[in-house]
This record gives sequence, structure tokens and C-alpha cells, in this order.
Amino acid sequence: MKVLVPVKRVIDYNVKVRVKADNSGVELANVKMAMNPFDEIAVEQALRLKEAGGAEEVIVVSIGPAQNQETIRTGLAMGADRGIHIEASHDIEPLAVAKLLKAVVERENPGLVLVGKQAIDDDCNQTGQMLAALLGWAQGTFVSALDVAGDKAKIVREVDGGLEHLEIKMPAIVSVDLRLNEPRYASLPNIMKAKKKPLDSLTVDDLGVDIKPRLTIVKVEEPAAREAGIKVADVKELVEKLKNEAKVI
Amino acid sequence: MSILVFCDHDNGQFGAATLNAVSAAQKIGGDIHLLVAGDASGKIAAQAAAVSGLAKVLVADGAEYAHGLAENLAPLICNLASQYSHILAPATTTGKNIMPRVAALLDVMQISDIIKVDDANTFQRPIYAGNALSTVRSDEAIKIITVRSTAFEAAAAEGGSAAIETISNNGDSGLSFYVKSELSSSERPELTSAPIVISGGRGMQDGANFAMLEKVADKLGAAVGASRAAVDAGFVPNDYQVGQTGKVVAPDLYVAVGISGAIQHLAGMKDSKVIVAINKDDEAPIFQVADFGLVADLFEAVPELEKELG
Repeated sequence: MKVLVPVKRVIDYNVKVRVKADNSGVELANVKMAMNPFDEIAVEQALRLKEAGGAEEVIVVSIGPAQNQETIRTGLAMGADRGIHIEASHDIEPLAVAKLLKAVVERENPGLVLVGKQAIDDDCNQTGQMLAALLGWAQGTFVSALDVAGDKAKIVREVDGGLEHLEIKMPAIVSVDLRLNEPRYASLPNIMKAKKKPLDSLTVDDLGVDIKPRLTIVKVEEPAAREAGIKVADVKELVEKLKNEAKVI
Repeated sequence: MSILVFCDHDNGQFGAATLNAVSAAQKIGGDIHLLVAGDASGKIAAQAAAVSGLAKVLVADGAEYAHGLAENLAPLICNLASQYSHILAPATTTGKNIMPRVAALLDVMQISDIIKVDDANTFQRPIYAGNALSTVRSDEAIKIITVRSTAFEAAAAEGGSAAIETISNNGDSGLSFYVKSELSSSERPELTSAPIVISGGRGMQDGANFAMLEKVADKLGAAVGASRAAVDAGFVPNDYQVGQTGKVVAPDLYVAVGISGAIQHLAGMKDSKVIVAINKDDEAPIFQVADFGLVADLFEAVPELEKELG
């Protein structure tokens, strides 16, 4: 079985995002970028499947500008076998991403697609479900445990009230949540090795997909800043303020 | 213009977040229909019909809808889509699971997690875990939307008398199968819906020390959370994590204990109504967002807080 892992290049989670002065979006120039943390978990899970003998090949795919090849190399340095880069603008919408991924799935015939449950930039939480819809496959979303056995997979989903166990038919899309695993760090020798691993480039036209945006971004703004409040002298005063002033306890 | 709202419900309980989604639909304006899909969902349908402001409640009854499986529910919703200008669902794990599948089947780009309705086509939503707010316009024939429940008041659960109409089923997709649920056995409320959250950070020093927070949480009916630093240090499991890479919470009261206030943590809690910070470092960035800051050693302050709460 091949496992396909789409990865997104996003602003590093440690960086404070700044809204552009013209309110057209968020400043990306000269900002540290990294692989979306949920996608790292997806790559890790694919590698563990392969190490356990459950997969033959792990393919990392990323859609975006040329710099996305660095993100693919990160996945290759973690241990993925090869990469596919699809050249597109950074702000491509999830529906278009799902359509491009569908085209990649049809070329590569993976038995499993592991995706991060959401990207920490646009927070859409859509791509995995959309891809499953377009392929007519089962979807296991927000997954914190995965056990693939033949033509079925047992999954545990993180839902609002706790956990939900499902069985899904393979091939399937599995979107991963935080608890699934802790991604490994790439070692220096593996980073060097990753430079020699195959990385194919495709264009949107190669895949014949219409990626025209459907939504118009009217403006992007900073949220109202929160004012610092007061310092209290001791616990007694704190409890008194919470009871009588804020009235929250 | 008619709006369809997907009713989230589970284990015989009408999902409260549905009421917030109804209220968002009222802001858009138009006839509002609520879709109740479930197995023997008559009780839920009756509750739904009482929700104020609904024109109609549509009921699809069948075992295939018992557990909110997206593969079964998405085709059902798609079949109804042609009659509506908007389809809304609360941004619960159920809504977030189903709606993108609906959107893709309809070839529509979804608008996730809206926090404000500007007009029938224009909505505001947080991006970068709320560090920026994006206003987006959709010119699609139908708008597929999920609603962040903390951003809208709940519609009144009583006072309505909507007509109940049964609709036909779509059958089972045969793609996914429900096995079981493990609902949090904790007496404490769930992190993302708790009215009060008390979280610990690296300053807790050890996982065992979270017992102190649990005692306070028990007195307040609060959920217990943690910063990523505390999770990375192995103090508590990952599902405690509040922040950009964890859970986003907006309780009435958030108490941050031994948390310095890294950007990634602030992103997950800064929309809380009242924020309390307890930290011995008076320069900690958490104090810049706290309504009430207490500069103190948490190992003294937290037990004292528990005692003060009686």
C-alpha cells in the first residue's frame, strides 16, 4: 500500500502573525515558515505504518509556490520516500486543493491518504473531508488512533464529548489530531539523504483542475487588542474581584 | 430565501450549539428549517420544533443516521440543498466532519467557523487561531457555513411551534461503521464547552502537581487545560492542550497558572471573557492579557485559592 500525505507550508506556529497594512491579508514576506504541525503528525503516522510493514511507500505532496519544496524536503528528511510538488499560489482554497489531490490520488492509487485535521493558517478544517467526498471514500476525521487491517481501518476520533470508535472501509482519508503521535525530528544524516530523494514537479494544468477562488477576501484585520487589567495583591482579593466585580464565580 | 440548519444531537440530547447556529441563521434572515437526522429522533424533533424562530423541522429517521456519520448524512443534506440559499451547521466536531463533505459534493467552497454575519453573502471568521479576522464574501449560489457557537447568542429553546415534516432517507453508504463511544468519564465539563477553565503551564513543574488544579476545578465546576509547554514536558496528555496547536477555548473565566503566555497559547484562550493569571514572574506576557493578575508562587496561591473558594 502507498500512503499519500499532503503537507502545507504555513507560518511557523511560534511566529506572531502580522496583518498587512492594506488589510489584504497576513504578512508572509520574510516570515519563518514551517510544515503545518498537524501535517507533521500525518507524516509521522505514515512512517510508522511503513516501519510496521503496513505500507510500502510514503509520498509527500505539497501545493504552493516553489518554496513548498523545502516543506516536502522536511517530510523526506523525516523518512518519506518521495515528493510531489504542485506549483500554485500560496492562498489556494481547500476545495481547489482537494480537487488537485484527487487528481494525484488517481495517478498514484494510494490505499490511504493521511492529512492534518486543519492548517494553522486559515483554520478551515475542510481539505480531508472534501477529498473524501470527491473520491467517494470513507473519511476518518480528528483521529487519535489508527489501526489498518486489510480492507478496513479501526479509528478513534476525538469528538466534543470524548472519543468515538469507528471502522472505516479502505481506501480512506484519515485526518489526524494531536494525540495520534509525536512527530520525530529529522537527523542531520537524514536531512542530507533527503536532498537526493526524488521530487517531481507538476503544474495545475498537468492535472487539469480549475482552481479559481470561489471566495473573495474583503479584508483581514487585527482582532481588538485586549487591555491588560489590574494586579491583585493576594488570593483573597482575587476571589473577591471574581465574585463581586467580574461576577464569574 | 430559506436557510437549512443542521441539528447536532447525540445520545438523545439536543446539542446546545445548534441554538447558536439558529441564531446565526436569524442574522442572515429568511425562513429557517432545522434538519434532524437520527435514529428514533422523535424526541429531538419535538425539542427542535419548540425552538423559537423556526419555520419547519425536517426529520430523517433511520439507523444510518444514528451516529452522525458524514458518509451517510452528507448525501441527505445534498438532496435538500436545491431549496436553500444557505446551509449552516454548528462548528462542533460533528458539524466540522460533515459540512466540508457536503460542500465538496455540491462543488461549493465552505466558509468555516463564522463569528459574525455582515450580510447574507459576507461573513467574518477567525484565521491564525484568532490572531487575525478575515471577512469573506461568497458569490456561490448556496453558502455552506459552520458557526462558532461562542460567537452567537443561543436562540430561545422554547416558544416555537414549527411544523414537523418527515423526509425520505438516503440509505447507508456502507463506508463507515460506528463501533462505540467513550465519553469523558470525568465529572468535569469538557474543555471546549466549559464555562470555566483552569490551565497549568511549565511552572507546574510536574504532572502530579496538576492535582492542585483539579481540586480548584472541582470547586468551580471547571475543566482543566494546559499550555503546550506543559504537554511537551510530559506533564499531561495532548488533549489538555489549549492553544493554536491545541484547543481554542472561550470560557467565561480562564485561569492561567504558571503559564508565561507564549503567542501560541494566547491564540487559544484570549477570547475568554475574564482572564486570571497566576505567575511568579511579574514580567510574564500573560499579564498583558489578564484582567486580574496575581504575582505569586503558584504552590502557595493555588492551595489558598482552593481554600478561599470554600
